Amino acid sequence: MSDLADIISRNEQQIRSEWIGDLHQTVQRSDLMSKAEMEEQCSALLSAVTEAVRSSGSEDVMTAGWRQTREYLEEISASRARQGFTATEVATFVLSLKRPLFSAIRRDMGKTQDKMFDTIWTATELLDRLALLTTDAYLAAREELISRQQQELLELSTPVVKLWEGILALPIIGTLDSARTQVVMENLLQTVVATNSKYAIIDITGVPTVDTLVAQHLLKTITAARLMGAECIISGVRPQIAQTIVHLGINLEDVTTRARLSDAFALALQMSGRTVVRQNASAAGSKVVLAGPLAKQEG
Amino acid sequence: MERIPVLRMGTLLLITIQVDMHDKLALQLQDDVTSRIAEWGSTGVLIDISSLEIVDSFIGRMLANIAAMSRVLGAETIVVGMQPAVAITLVELGMSLPGVRTALSVEAGMELLYGAGAGFRTGSEHERDEA
Repeated sequence: MSDLADIISRNEQQIRSEWIGDLHQTVQRSDLMSKAEMEEQCSALLSAVTEAVRSSGSEDVMTAGWRQTREYLEEISASRARQGFTATEVATFVLSLKRPLFSAIRRDMGKTQDKMFDTIWTATELLDRLALLTTDAYLAAREELISRQQQELLELSTPVVKLWEGILALPIIGTLDSARTQVVMENLLQTVVATNSKYAIIDITGVPTVDTLVAQHLLKTITAARLMGAECIISGVRPQIAQTIVHLGINLEDVTTRARLSDAFALALQMSGRTVVRQNASAAGSKVVLAGPLAKQEG
Repeated sequence: MERIPVLRMGTLLLITIQVDMHDKLALQLQDDVTSRIAEWGSTGVLIDISSLEIVDSFIGRMLANIAAMSRVLGAETIVVGMQPAVAITLVELGMSLPGVRTALSVEAGMELLYGAGAGFRTGSEHERDEA
């Protein structure tokens, strides 16, 4: 549509200043982006659009002539998504170009109504497509951010720590769903083999609620560990959770459970034939050392 | 014919599965184990499956069966060295092998059996007396 290209290139200067003025009033986020940066983006985008409309027309923004514009828009949207702009603000950035552009069209074509209407329609379609493009790019950037964070959460939240020779602890933070159970289970079992640990303490202090599904996942992990020859102790059972477990009728009778991690650790030490004694009973609270038969005596 | 060896270690039987189990092999093993227990009067059976990487429900059931049969004949069975992947597979198959005792290594399994008084046939649960 050469009419549109003509109008834009003739009025580029004015459109730009009006557009920037509008943006300052509507979506200027001085907390997120400097004025100069915004103006620079406006100028670059406007000249890219002008160039693309002139060379490839405005019918299809997916053609090769629009590639540069598309990439620039996607880049802007993605960076705004990371900076914390909302979807509305990102779309408004492009849509606010309408008013200055329409005024320019009216100034140039005010006398021929039909032609003016056609040109405005073309311009609207073009800007709408560009706005949709920015929204898509914005969403894609957000999706990527979310999935990356999910992955990180999955990996971060399931550490297996060694408390003593032959005793592991697995503090679980957050809700246990199927995907996480899989990761937790694999992590635990691999570590059991790697460290040759007979006892594993699963600490559920950080699990907000225990329903039948979570319990089932826990039991699966415990059964798998048992099949390999390791024993699991569940610790960190809060009073409310104990009540919920009983009310739901979850059968944890075959599983050793303790209220606190320290109790579970003491139990594991005891089961592996170890005792903790204070070296000097009179110096209360001074030194705590591990005594008793320390030779390996798994059993 | 391919066959899984059953070794005699005093009063114990040691079975190390190092080849892919197929159904015929599993049935043959059941026959061998039961007849050896009867023949040698063994009181404990150690099955080392640390080299086993693939299991199916049949193999899982075979392990449970051997344990149950041995118990009838008066011997305690311990399965040792199960790989994490194998354990996860069995759990996903819904086989928790409730009658089978397990240990991390052959060494741990033997201690468990001796601790259980397998040498003297007390038949009680394992109790350690290190002193």
